[in-house]
Amino acid sequence: MFLVPDILIRFYHRMASPPHFYAFTQQIMPWLVVIFVLLTGAGLYGGLYLAPADYQQGDSYRIIYIHVPSAWMSLFIYMVMAITGAIGLIWRIKLAEVISISSAPIGASFTFIALVTGSLWGKPMWGTWWVWDARLTSELILLFLYLGVIGLYGAIDDKKIASKSVAILALVGVVNIPIIHYSVEWWNTLHQGPTVTKMDKPSIHVSMLIPLLLMALSFKFYYVIALIQRARVELLKRERNSQWVKTMLSEQQQ
Amino acid sequence: MSLTEFFAMGGYGFYVWTSYGLTLVVLIANVVLPIMQRRQFFRQSLKQKRK
Repeated sequence: MFLVPDILIRFYHRMASPPHFYAFTQQIMPWLVVIFVLLTGAGLYGGLYLAPADYQQGDSYRIIYIHVPSAWMSLFIYMVMAITGAIGLIWRIKLAEVISISSAPIGASFTFIALVTGSLWGKPMWGTWWVWDARLTSELILLFLYLGVIGLYGAIDDKKIASKSVAILALVGVVNIPIIHYSVEWWNTLHQGPTVTKMDKPSIHVSMLIPLLLMALSFKFYYVIALIQRARVELLKRERNSQWVKTMLSEQQQ
Repeated sequence: MSLTEFFAMGGYGFYVWTSYGLTLVVLIANVVLPIMQRRQFFRQSLKQKRK
């Protein structure tokens, strides 16, 4: 620990304390919203207006600007949920448990968006709303994993036990993540292969790539905003009998 | 490019705008619901305190 600067340790301890987290997130929220709005505005302007139509897919490809960032978020949020779940499981950090379970509905939402927009893109391009191929099926399983986590947490009244159970379920489900990612390479599928992560030569033009990356970043900020909102409610409910919540309530009353 | 052309999306308007509209609804719901829950928490807790 002596290798870590003192200020970092202090920051970590402050952030792990619920009242500090509650106050700090309230302070940074306006900035997060401003950055999110700017990124989304620029991303949508670039993606829907500036970028040219695709030479094969016409304007239908513009669904990519929400479909691909949503699909990335569905995987990213799952990893956050599993890792914070593990941290809660091992070190019993309350805030980690709260962040883990608060991530679940947001991750489920992005998975749902990725599936539905993919369907709406698939219909005009593939001629079908749905195929039971590896990419689509594994993404659907991801949605069920999220829903399983939400359902399990809601079904157990003792939130300490609920958090432990949910963390174990989330960790087991991690096996699905590489399957989703590599599904388009391991199996033959209607779904197109990776276009952006081929770092040597991305098969997407820069005028289409920049809005895509802006939207990906905008969705990251959205996640932080939505996560903070959910985590604050969860903290209040869990800590309703603790002193800092009681103090806040008495201040509200005046 | 005219506004009509923009909304037509080269004939794919239905698919593109349904995608964007649905995403907007889901993303707004994910922020509004917790804010409403927090207000409800404060209302209920204050009511309980007065009893």
